[in-house]
Amino acid sequence: MNFGVITRPLAVLGHASLGALAGLGRLVIFALATVRHMLTPPFYSREFISALLNVGYLSLPVVGLTAFFTGGALALQIYSGGARFSAEAVVPQIVAIGMVRELGPVLVGLMIAARVTASVAAEIATMKVTEQIDALVTLSTHPMKYLTVPRVLAGLLTVPLLVGIGDIIGIYGGWLVSTQSLGFNPASYMQNTVNFLQPIDVLSSLAKGAVFGFIATLMGCYYGMQSGRGAQGVGAATKSSVVAAAILILAANFLLTQAFFSV
Amino acid sequence: MIELSNVHKSFGSKQILRGVDLNVARGESLVIIGGSGTGKSVTLKCVLGLIMPDQGVIKVDGEDVTQTGDRDAFLAKFGMLFQGGALFDSIPVWQNVAFRLLRGALKRPRAEAREIAIEKLRRVGLSPDVADQLPAELSGGMQKRVGLARAIAADPEIIFFDEPTTGLDPIMAGVINDLIREIVVEMGATAMTITHDMTSVRAISDTVAMLHGGKIRWSGPVAEMDSGEDPYLQQFITGSADGPIATLR
Repeated sequence: MNFGVITRPLAVLGHASLGALAGLGRLVIFALATVRHMLTPPFYSREFISALLNVGYLSLPVVGLTAFFTGGALALQIYSGGARFSAEAVVPQIVAIGMVRELGPVLVGLMIAARVTASVAAEIATMKVTEQIDALVTLSTHPMKYLTVPRVLAGLLTVPLLVGIGDIIGIYGGWLVSTQSLGFNPASYMQNTVNFLQPIDVLSSLAKGAVFGFIATLMGCYYGMQSGRGAQGVGAATKSSVVAAAILILAANFLLTQAFFSV
Repeated sequence: MIELSNVHKSFGSKQILRGVDLNVARGESLVIIGGSGTGKSVTLKCVLGLIMPDQGVIKVDGEDVTQTGDRDAFLAKFGMLFQGGALFDSIPVWQNVAFRLLRGALKRPRAEAREIAIEKLRRVGLSPDVADQLPAELSGGMQKRVGLARAIAADPEIIFFDEPTTGLDPIMAGVINDLIREIVVEMGATAMTITHDMTSVRAISDTVAMLHGGKIRWSGPVAEMDSGEDPYLQQFITGSADGPIATLR
């Protein structure tokens, strides 16, 4: 009997499992080291301000447009779906809860993964390939403190703000569609929205934003630092960072939703 | 000042260094020659602690580089010119040159750091109006000069040059070689250069070491290089395709 037929798939599975676990271990160590460096000097304020601009301010247009169109589409969907059981009137409440609890943070997180994670990973990977990371070390500058900490801290602080802005713009998009084409009264729509939302809804939204911002920027830095050589290495690092960030954001969203709202 | 004894380094199954022994005296300019992929860059990076050797001891000023207490103080002794310049492309030239002077233990007021950067740029033959340009706006030769200015900005005791003339035209390569020689002599610095450009070797070095097969194959004063009897050395310095060093055709 040829035992290779049985053992070979097991060996492949074993190798893949060990590889995945080793990768997870490296990522956890990287995340813990990032947090440790966040809490210990030196701090690079110029790099932090630059990261605030790049991660936060410059992401406003893409976040605003995404939230606006999503809020509008959500209003249309709820209106037409609600009409099946005469529940068209719940549009303001469902748009509000849908945007604030779920779509706002998740879509902002995914847009940040697309815009910021990709650019951070490509930038750091290029720096690695062109020996700029080695140059930092020879200039007595820790790459994690200079490159990772400012970006991750900026993600942690600005993405909740972006989520908050996205929530408001999304609700505004729903309001605009509902009042302009679905016949809702503008004042009572807003009144219903404000009355329906609870502090926990907003709090969960901002908390999700912080976690997603941390994940998105951390993935960009991690895969950038792990990049292989040449253009192919940079491309692979960028792709892996965005995929990992998107999946982790969606997984974290599920866990956070469960933590905040499970009964 | 720099001592390597029995240094080994592998990457996976690929053994790069197989017992490198090397000594560089204070104020000496040593050039390491050898073919591509023989481990010249790995040797430099091991001395800097960017790569940890698998075996062997590397000492700088008697201090084991793998056990340095204050890493910043240790690295402050060094300046390095990277092969591709490795300039930070998001900040202007003067901030690249003054990088070490804008942060950390050697931090100076911004205006003073800029003055020093401009002075170092002038020393490598670049005018002050280059200071506010971004590295990507400069030619390859100018980028090398900026890299050289950055390497000497904090007056290091030891300077490493990684392929300083690669990618430059012969005249610019000659300019860079002369600059390196002048700067090393006037600063009294210890220099380690890796190159396979024999013109560089003759212009820069006091002593030469040839790395082949993961070991130092030959070493001695540059004046004795041409009369060295080692067939590997002779093949390398004459650039002959025939000889003991296997080449792919």
